[in-house]
Amino acid sequence: MSVELSLNRAPILERFGETIEDLGTAHGIDVFVVPPEKIVEFCRFLKDDPELRFNFLSDICGVDHYPETPRFEAVYHLYSLPNRWRVRIKCRLGDPPEVPSVTPVWRTANWHEREAWDMYGIRFQGHPDLRRIYMWEGFEGFPQRKDFPLRGYKDKLNPFGAEGPPPTQPDLATREIP
Amino acid sequence: MTEVTELTRPEGEALNSKEVLLNLGPQHPSTHGVLRLVLELDGEYVKRVDPHIGYLHRGTEKLAESFTYTQIFPLTDRLDYLCPPSNNLAFALAVEKLLGIEAPIRAQYIRVMMAELARISGHLLITGALPMDLGAMTALLYVMREREMIMDLMEMITGARMHTSFCRVGGVREDLPDEFFPKIREFCEIFPNRIRDYERLLEDNRVFLKRTQGIGVISAEDAIDLGLSGPNLRASGVDWDIRRDEPYEIYDRLDFNVITRTEGDCYARWRCRVDEMRESMRIIEQCIDQMPEGPFQVDMPTIAFPVDKERVHCSMEALIQHFDLSAYGFNVPKGEVYSAIEAPKGELGFYIISDGSPKPFRMKVRAPSFVNLQAVFGVTNARYLADMIAVLGSLDPVMAEVDK
Repeated sequence: MSVELSLNRAPILERFGETIEDLGTAHGIDVFVVPPEKIVEFCRFLKDDPELRFNFLSDICGVDHYPETPRFEAVYHLYSLPNRWRVRIKCRLGDPPEVPSVTPVWRTANWHEREAWDMYGIRFQGHPDLRRIYMWEGFEGFPQRKDFPLRGYKDKLNPFGAEGPPPTQPDLATREIP
Repeated sequence: MTEVTELTRPEGEALNSKEVLLNLGPQHPSTHGVLRLVLELDGEYVKRVDPHIGYLHRGTEKLAESFTYTQIFPLTDRLDYLCPPSNNLAFALAVEKLLGIEAPIRAQYIRVMMAELARISGHLLITGALPMDLGAMTALLYVMREREMIMDLMEMITGARMHTSFCRVGGVREDLPDEFFPKIREFCEIFPNRIRDYERLLEDNRVFLKRTQGIGVISAEDAIDLGLSGPNLRASGVDWDIRRDEPYEIYDRLDFNVITRTEGDCYARWRCRVDEMRESMRIIEQCIDQMPEGPFQVDMPTIAFPVDKERVHCSMEALIQHFDLSAYGFNVPKGEVYSAIEAPKGELGFYIISDGSPKPFRMKVRAPSFVNLQAVFGVTNARYLADMIAVLGSLDPVMAEVDK
């Protein structure tokens, strides 16, 4: 059974036709661009719609398009267990990137969002526990951003790092994590 | 058990005399690697759990952005180091989708056979390691004996025991050696009886049953909500296997059953894996029987090394292409792809964004262990600290994959 032939996009376009952008099918997966403020509503619709039933969240990840604007993207991969369809949702985010959390829709989003926060600094509003997950607490910067050097910044522990001061991100050091 | 939000207490506030914060790991034999669990205990009851991961974080995704596609294969080996061929296969499939090519049929059979061997190798470890966590040491020793056989088979094919890196974009590195076939037939004959041995060792072991049956139950709804996949999900009664539902490679030509259980407890998760080994065995046998003759690599000089090495020695163009390919890699057309396979631990997906250069612009690994580990928040009936160990063991996280 081929995935791209079966996804029924009519109910999606009917409900969200104006607000979302339909990017068509890319390598077997339908792609939609959703404005950040609509993401929770959109996900909940995909999950609860009796015809679509995208009940399984495969993955959330961040993408950095530096130096292009809008710089960041949050990409969601959904799967429908009953229908065996896949769909990709993209949220284009500015700088600093902020997007509402989908943890109320799927609990599994918790760690995926923590990872995207840790690696790209995408702030998921309403996330219950947005801490760093891979890097240690007190680490400065977001390592997977394109402007972060591959070997990190030079310091006492990292003699092979890139020259230059690490980016100061006062909002990270002082601001309470929501 | 509820999900922890903040474990640090305000300064000056003493702990309740009944409650203890226990730091399990990072170096602890039953955490299967370097996982640190901060547990809040009330007596022997676990009140809250907070897994800390990242001790093995190597930045695979960041590194991949500076590697050519062929160079990434060794990185994928080190994700789930128990079953590298599966990881190689998942990555190769994603890149092949972007390129719009398919490996020759023989290569597909070789890859699937190796992925299934790897699945057995991965499942074997948990078959022995879960009882070991619970105090039954014997099974692990027997299991290692059979894993050794698989390692030998891998060594025969690839020259490496663990990190095989055998897949290439558009095929595999080389053909199977002739002496491999009698060996794998021998393995196919021996192994089903060995599975029976493990079952006999553990099925009626009352301590093992007491500590796994009815412990750490995850309902089907919770399992889907928590994003579980693979045997962990199927043990909760959700009948989903990517090999059958979105067949890739030659899985649609093979006949195998998808094992599901309904209980969703630690025993069901263990049992699922033991039964899956039998199905993998059947798949391997079918692969050997059906494997056609033919090339093991696509004949595209811009993507794969020439099958006939003589061409490189005789033709200037072939030599240049060979050099180009090894030094600079090959360009992959612009685009995005998400390709998932049924790895031993669950849905292993690669999301690759290509900007048309020989290196990926972004590579995201959807690591099944990373997601499966979250299920410690969803288990019920695991009240004691000792049950937590059983739950962790049965979820079978490989920390190298969790931390990427």
